[in-house]
Amino acid sequence: MSKQLSTTTYQIPIGPIHPALKEPVQFEFTIDGERIVDVDVSLGHVHRTIEWTGMRRNPIQILYLAERICGICSYCHPMAFALAVERIANIEVPLRAQYLRVIHAELERICSHVLWAGVAAHEIGFDSLLFFTWQIREKVLDLTEYLTGNRVTKAITMIGGVRRDITSDMLPTIKEGLDFLKENFEKLRHAFLDDKTVKLRAQGAGILTKEDALKLCAVGPTTRASGVKKDVRIDQPYFAFGDLDFDYVTPDVLTGEVNGDVYDRIIVRLLEVKQSIDLIEQCLKDMPEGEIVAEPKIAKLLASLKKVEGEAIGQMEAPRGEVIHYVKMTGQEHPYCWKVRAPTYNNILPWIPMLLGNQIADIPIVAASTDPCMSCTNRVTVIENNKTQVFSKEELHRLSIEKTRRLQR
Amino acid sequence: MRFAMIPTLMSQLFKKPHTNKFPAKYAPANTTQFLADVGAGKAKLIPPVEVPPKFRGKIQYDREKCIGCQLCIKVCPTDAIQFKPDQKKVKFLMARCCFCSQCNDVCPVNCIQMSDEFLLAEADKYAPSLIVE
Repeated sequence: MSKQLSTTTYQIPIGPIHPALKEPVQFEFTIDGERIVDVDVSLGHVHRTIEWTGMRRNPIQILYLAERICGICSYCHPMAFALAVERIANIEVPLRAQYLRVIHAELERICSHVLWAGVAAHEIGFDSLLFFTWQIREKVLDLTEYLTGNRVTKAITMIGGVRRDITSDMLPTIKEGLDFLKENFEKLRHAFLDDKTVKLRAQGAGILTKEDALKLCAVGPTTRASGVKKDVRIDQPYFAFGDLDFDYVTPDVLTGEVNGDVYDRIIVRLLEVKQSIDLIEQCLKDMPEGEIVAEPKIAKLLASLKKVEGEAIGQMEAPRGEVIHYVKMTGQEHPYCWKVRAPTYNNILPWIPMLLGNQIADIPIVAASTDPCMSCTNRVTVIENNKTQVFSKEELHRLSIEKTRRLQR
Repeated sequence: MRFAMIPTLMSQLFKKPHTNKFPAKYAPANTTQFLADVGAGKAKLIPPVEVPPKFRGKIQYDREKCIGCQLCIKVCPTDAIQFKPDQKKVKFLMARCCFCSQCNDVCPVNCIQMSDEFLLAEADKYAPSLIVE
């Protein structure tokens, strides 16, 4: 070890991360000067026993537990669980509920992507853009609050439908919110895609080739930015997505070429925000009248779920990619098995080809470009010539800002 | 454009801050004293941002209506509801509540309602203000 350290390469371990994270991860970088020559990722540092807890609760209670797996994906986790249970119990979801589900799913996607865009701007030291994007996000949260009653934990999911309807008197407020989004989307697109600072840091950084994306099973916007046409909403339509008119978002839609770099990931996410606004408008237009839940009597629903047997998978395109919930019921009150596979899990291995050849100052933006939770850079230890130096998150952030300044000159 | 954010930033200079300075413009040194002053009419309280329609706040419980069916206990995800067998009534521990409103939905006699009250901070999680019965 000491022999290796005395030569030009040295190691930087990053993580294990903040316990508040859904997917804790530890990196071990081998650095040659400023360049990353090797990356090792290890997983599984924090385990919250969510699945174990769920296996001791009935499906209605699990909906609210699943909502707390992730704060940003607080809609797609309970919904994927509900999809699995509906498949086991053969529950037919009313058509109006299918459309309402799409509206909430897309609203969450807008919220998540806009939040991510702000974080990405922050990672390259562009904080005025962070505040501008989060100003837009605030409006999306207001809309979410108006539709569901709360800003983050929406509690809108119910097995066999949704819990709250959108009535005609709510439509003007929704329209006003969507108009605000459309108006500001242009500004946001302009600020992100035409600005020199963003281009300097994002173009050519963290490249994930199409082959690697396919080989490493990347999901969501990360894989679409590499030109892989993969989207659960189109490949295996659920809810009312089969009836709606939309297509895969890949960066060549805008630029005509696919590079698979951070800039392409920004393009994909921004275009998906526009797509989501469009999908919500389509839903509001086409939504039929009718029931919003298959079985309004919850006691009756619970009694029927107690009897069902079988196993199923609930898949959904969460903002970060495909989320899978596997549920097995054996005629008891609580499920026999519940397994969650969140999209970030698939997007961890693509970090390795992305980070290779980049600089230490690129770690924050490249790692953030797959939209994980970024608390993992809370503490970095550099061991060089047996002298230990601790990199805090602030210090890494400072390095990143310095690189932006250097490039601007 | 080289720096696309500049026009937006310039326009922000002429906008008012969006923050609602609840409960006062400057944070009071002693909140209890401040609230007492507000009660006596000596200080003015800046009201909080209005809650949305159908907001899920502190639970309101109509004791007389309750028939003691315990369905709410069965669906509560956080074990926040306790049964009092001698009276056949229930007790809500708001410190455990996750405000999902599921008990409100399942109640056959509609004796549970979600109010607009959201200022529930308390040093003791079993304080009387956090127990509804």
